[in-house]
Amino acid sequence: MARRSATYKVRGPLTELTLARIRELIREPEALFWVFVFPILLTAILGLAFRSRPPEALPVAVVEGPLADARLAALAKEPDLKPDTLTEEEARQALARGRVVLVVSGGETPMYSYDPTQPESRAARLAVDAALQRAAGRVDAFSAGSAQVTEPGSRYVDFLVPGLLGMNLMGTGMWGIGFSLVVARNGNLLKRLVAAPVRKSHLLGAQLTSRLIFLIPEAGALLLFAWVALGVPFRGSLILLAAVSLLGALSFSGLGLLAAARPRTIEGVSGVMNLVMVPMWIFSGIFFSTERFPAKIQPFVQALPLTALNDALRGVMLQGTGLVALLPELAVLAVWGIISFLLALKFFRWQ
Amino acid sequence: MPNTDSALRCKDLVKRYGDTVAVAGLDLDVRRGECLGMLGPNGAGKTTTVEIFEGLRVPDSGLVEVLGEPWHGDGLALRARLGIQLQETKFSDKMRVSEVVVLFRSFYPRGLDVADVLALVGLEEKAAAHVRTLSGGQKQRLSLACALIGDPEVLFLDEPTTGLDPQSRHQTWEIVEGLKARGRTVLLTTHYMEEAARLCDRVSVVDYGKVIALGTPRELIASLGAEHVIEFAIGEQPQAAGLHSLLSALPSVEGVAHDGVHWRLTVREVHRAVPALLAALAERGAEPMHLATHHATLEDVFMSLTGRRLRDG
Repeated sequence: MARRSATYKVRGPLTELTLARIRELIREPEALFWVFVFPILLTAILGLAFRSRPPEALPVAVVEGPLADARLAALAKEPDLKPDTLTEEEARQALARGRVVLVVSGGETPMYSYDPTQPESRAARLAVDAALQRAAGRVDAFSAGSAQVTEPGSRYVDFLVPGLLGMNLMGTGMWGIGFSLVVARNGNLLKRLVAAPVRKSHLLGAQLTSRLIFLIPEAGALLLFAWVALGVPFRGSLILLAAVSLLGALSFSGLGLLAAARPRTIEGVSGVMNLVMVPMWIFSGIFFSTERFPAKIQPFVQALPLTALNDALRGVMLQGTGLVALLPELAVLAVWGIISFLLALKFFRWQ
Repeated sequence: MPNTDSALRCKDLVKRYGDTVAVAGLDLDVRRGECLGMLGPNGAGKTTTVEIFEGLRVPDSGLVEVLGEPWHGDGLALRARLGIQLQETKFSDKMRVSEVVVLFRSFYPRGLDVADVLALVGLEEKAAAHVRTLSGGQKQRLSLACALIGDPEVLFLDEPTTGLDPQSRHQTWEIVEGLKARGRTVLLTTHYMEEAARLCDRVSVVDYGKVIALGTPRELIASLGAEHVIEFAIGEQPQAAGLHSLLSALPSVEGVAHDGVHWRLTVREVHRAVPALLAALAERGAEPMHLATHHATLEDVFMSLTGRRLRDG
């Protein structure tokens, strides 16, 4: 018992509350996975699935018949085409199932069957016709040179990364704040904290502060991976990108606070969270452009905070958009953040 | 400040939840330096009363004073002088014991040393352990450490040993006794009469939101008028009313209570009452079952006041 007891450093309440929140998070392996690893994994997988491939040869079918061999030989010379000889029935089915994009049939005058709404079918129509015309004796007036240009920033993965960053900022902002508050309320910890001489502004401030501290590695890891491994371009100001991310994180923290303002149970808050987040997963242009939705629902789509965040992130990253042009999106984010924060404070259940 | 001041005072306290009246005109006066126990069954209004004192609930009506002040605003200055243990607080599983206490220490402008408090509640060996690894008793002592860290003038302990095993319960009692020795004011709620008898200078018996008796444990027991209790049941019930007056007339019997099954006699001298009781029952042809005698306790006080037991209300 002669052992000198340890001494403990005690910092200010806001610092200690923030530290407590950060410790909770970094000691939770599942949380670390969802915050850091999952978005990178998702980016990598989707980037792989939708990677830009060199243009593939178009599969076309030649229907069996007396002219089939000659036609096959003529088409086989074309690097852009992959011809095959099939019976009429086989060819019809192959076209219907998309295994070939065009079928050549007919006697002396060839007959092309294809779906004109498919760009690949229309391309095949031009290439097949040119090849058969040439084989039949047509002479090209000239042979044009070609330069192939692939623009970085126009790939699917480039579109995807800002969307995933926005989705992640929404998820961690809402869950990071909402989950821990409801757990604390459910276990009487929130009540115990309120019973102590601690300012409510410190209790909520620590939630926001720890959220913003986590934003740095969270967004940083995803963007670094996108830049190093996938070559996603950063055309705009990095400071502006950081500011947009910060505003997005704050805005969704406000929504997280609002979602967690009343529920006493995890089930309760999960329901509210899903109600808020699922529409944005669908409508806010994470995986595909919001322009695909009809004009009628565009006002709704454009008013969603995640739409604004994704548009702003894409603008900065892919187009190098400046601050002034982003003001409408930033305003949408700010309004959502401020209104939800004020409502949350008004309705917050402290016990 | 003079010692005669009340640490906690409430008068005509009323709190309703919808149609339920949790506290129905409750008066209480806790003196500085005393340990006052609120003893009563679950749902008697003990916790509501304590939470009103703690500034966590606002009463519908009545006067409340804590250290001579009413609650107003955020009450931070007043909170800094109170130590609070709620019935159950789930601290974050991932935090270490010392981190939880350091966190609570940071809330108080002045207070005790973290290492000292950990030693006081017997958790110094567990300082680096995660909360998740603690037993129920250890968690309860961690909650006690958080209540003590601000060196409070008044300590609220709401059912501090409910759900604990006997060993943990005794450990907690020893800690509270140590605090009493240092002159802390303690307001304790419990439905364990042993706990109230051992720790409290005065006990207020609470039922249906009101104080129905108040005094030292000794005074309350003495109010029964006799020190012993005889309990028994009778197989086939003869007419209860007639039996009641018969039993009251037995030598040395001071009180008779009947809850439908059990009879309880408070008696001055067991050796005089029991033979007379057996003879009287034999005369009526009744066979006493489960006959037992014990020294009168606070439980008997509660039963003589309400006709019900403390635990199973």
